[in-house]
Amino acid sequence: MVTATKKKMVQWDPADIKAELIKKYPPKVARKRAKQIMINEALENETPEITANVRTTPGIITMRGCTYAGCKGVIMGPTRDIVNLVHGPIGCSFYAWLTRRNQTDAGPDGENYINYCFSTDMQEHDIIFGGEKKLAAAVQEIYDLMHPKSIAIFATCPVGLIGDDIHTVAKNMKEKLGDCNVYAFSCEGYKGVSQSAGHHIANNQVFRHIVGENNTPAEGEFKINLLGEYNIGGDGFEIDRIFKKCGITNLATFSGNSTYDQFATAHQADLNAVMCHRSINYVADMLETKFGIPWVKVNFIGANATAKSLRKIAAYFEDQAFIDRVEAVIKEEMPEVDAAVADVRSRTEGKTAMLFVGGSRAHHYQELFKEMGMKTISAGYEFAHRDDYEGRQVLPNLKVDADSRNIEEIEVEADETRFNPRKTPEQLAALEDAGVKFKHYDGLAPDMDEGTLIIDDLNQYEAEKLVEIMKPDIFCAGIKEKFSIMKLGVPMKQLHSYDSGGPYAGFQGAINFYKEIDRLTSSKVWTYLKAPWQESPELTAAYVWE
Amino acid sequence: MRKVAIYGKGGIGKSTTTQNTVAGLVELGRNIMVVGCDPKADSTRLLLGGLAQKSVLDTLREEGEDVELEDIRKEGYGGTWCVESGGPEPGVGCAGRGIITSINMLESLGAYEESEELDYAFYDVLGDVVCGGFAMPIRDGKAEEIYIVVSGEMMAMYAANNISKGIVKFAQSGSVRLGGLICNSRAVDNEAEMIENFAEKLGTKMIYFVPRNNDVQRAEINRKTVIEWKPEVSQADAYRGLAKAIDENDNFVVPTPLEIEELEALLMEYGLMEAA
Repeated sequence: MVTATKKKMVQWDPADIKAELIKKYPPKVARKRAKQIMINEALENETPEITANVRTTPGIITMRGCTYAGCKGVIMGPTRDIVNLVHGPIGCSFYAWLTRRNQTDAGPDGENYINYCFSTDMQEHDIIFGGEKKLAAAVQEIYDLMHPKSIAIFATCPVGLIGDDIHTVAKNMKEKLGDCNVYAFSCEGYKGVSQSAGHHIANNQVFRHIVGENNTPAEGEFKINLLGEYNIGGDGFEIDRIFKKCGITNLATFSGNSTYDQFATAHQADLNAVMCHRSINYVADMLETKFGIPWVKVNFIGANATAKSLRKIAAYFEDQAFIDRVEAVIKEEMPEVDAAVADVRSRTEGKTAMLFVGGSRAHHYQELFKEMGMKTISAGYEFAHRDDYEGRQVLPNLKVDADSRNIEEIEVEADETRFNPRKTPEQLAALEDAGVKFKHYDGLAPDMDEGTLIIDDLNQYEAEKLVEIMKPDIFCAGIKEKFSIMKLGVPMKQLHSYDSGGPYAGFQGAINFYKEIDRLTSSKVWTYLKAPWQESPELTAAYVWE
Repeated sequence: MRKVAIYGKGGIGKSTTTQNTVAGLVELGRNIMVVGCDPKADSTRLLLGGLAQKSVLDTLREEGEDVELEDIRKEGYGGTWCVESGGPEPGVGCAGRGIITSINMLESLGAYEESEELDYAFYDVLGDVVCGGFAMPIRDGKAEEIYIVVSGEMMAMYAANNISKGIVKFAQSGSVRLGGLICNSRAVDNEAEMIENFAEKLGTKMIYFVPRNNDVQRAEINRKTVIEWKPEVSQADAYRGLAKAIDENDNFVVPTPLEIEELEALLMEYGLMEAA
């Protein structure tokens, strides 16, 4: 039997699909969108250029979030013992509260503020007269009530408009309180193109105000930091379980299930493992420049990718006993994974997926689908930059526009006392030759098949069009897209918050994901669904008084 | 009720001119409310005999939402109602938003109701139109006639031209119109002729020429309008004349602002550039 999917694939040429997606746009918008929709070429060829990290045209219902969401929600949200105080009207805090399913474990100290919602609750008279005094009072109140190690202040849009000097308030309160680190983020929602700007603002301040604050020597033989892992649905717990089993000491995760002290001791690690390239590669660069810690790209989404990443970390430390231990862990974990794959593959083989999420997830999750024999026919990011699509080799050619200039770049120099290159240039070169690539990321495009569609900043209209034309077996994005896709009769998996599932990282996570995707794509429930007007197009009604 | 807003470059004498004119209108038997829209809250000083008014925003801040009309307006010279919008200290907050809040508050408290029997509401607005908040009096039909205080100095004329652009913008969507230019003389060469010509180019008239006279400053030192301080001096008559001109004015237009080159040419023609 020829499946419907196969017929569609024959009917449609990627160039036709692209033309169809932009057909309804006014000419200028169509020209702009055309540059953000790339038909992937053969892997051996040079990838063509994609336009990314540019403003969304007003009127388009974008999947993107705002700068404040990226700063407060994504980066600082998962830190459990830093109080996140939002300076703004109450809604900005309330609607950004507990929305990311960042899990945490309160730890031995029991300090956990994730489940609280802090706001200065700005009122009209604070807008008129300025909110600085109210902000200082709120910081004091938090300190008196909670005595946290640290308080982070987030600017919302009106704060930027009226010009409250939140950094001076933070500085003064830090001096006044003495044992509480207070700092602020100028992450007004309107700044920048997407949430990516917010990640940058958050990470800059974490680096400036926290990293390196704790010089008490950290224990551990193989010390690393895991950068760009946010512990959605417990991903970080699974990765930490594997690390522990391998004998890897994870000093700091940026920023899943993190604490203030983790950030403060991060400079003592010997390797930075970068998971989400988009949200944090610049922190890895700064840690290298200032403290001499090299970084490698890793990916713990997908069992094979997890094994590969573990081997990369082991190879870096050049310790045979450690390498053997890592191999033993992989050997121990894989049979269960293989059994799960063997079970689902009879049902998932040949099915198709679309992924439009994040700045790395649309790439990482292809690993899991590949393991299940599924093909990713179209993918793209919400807030990535060109290097996340095409690889870091495009970095020197990136156009710096007014929007990127608006986001501060920190100039970092080698630390006078603490800069310590972990490897000599010769050692690094030898490792490179052995296949451990530093500061390296090839991006999403080379890992996708020829003729697949890579689309930046997909929107509501194009998502629906794409699903109608290509009828994927599953569509992955976020909550805003979820129900419109399900109404088209296609299963939808949220890869921001994982719906109610997870973890999906590491070995156990991979098994969870296989089962979840098997369940979603094997269920016919959505294809049975018909709207009332599809069954009987004519509706009759009567007034109640008749 | 006629709703009048006075605009003009900062320091041109808007508040002084407004209050002295209001005193003139009082002599004509008019009921007037003056709403100061300047965070400094000094638009009613001469009518009240000092900075005696608690601003709307200060009252709001201290009393909360429970504010009565009598808390925010005070009776001044000749029964005029004096209101100061107020605002934040310089460098903080948003003064524009403050003006929006104050005017809304006055409306909701019924300050403009028929029962108040007002003949005039005067808005005295800070400087140039700097943001949406300061444009509030000319939006949504709050003020319907605008007078721009101007002098023969270049920057004053630039400001007047800019304000005219603002009026055009709001005239298209509302009922606001330019009533004319008030020349508050700085005794520059050919001043009256130049402003008359400028007004003509804007499509309006110079409705009055207020001569420069130190009695204005003397009256200010005494915290009084000229008419109250010394009703018999010539400057008092000048303000009476301006009051009458406004009272009888029926020439309301959508202005035609000048291009910068045109404005510069005007200044050149009247010899200002050489004099400067």
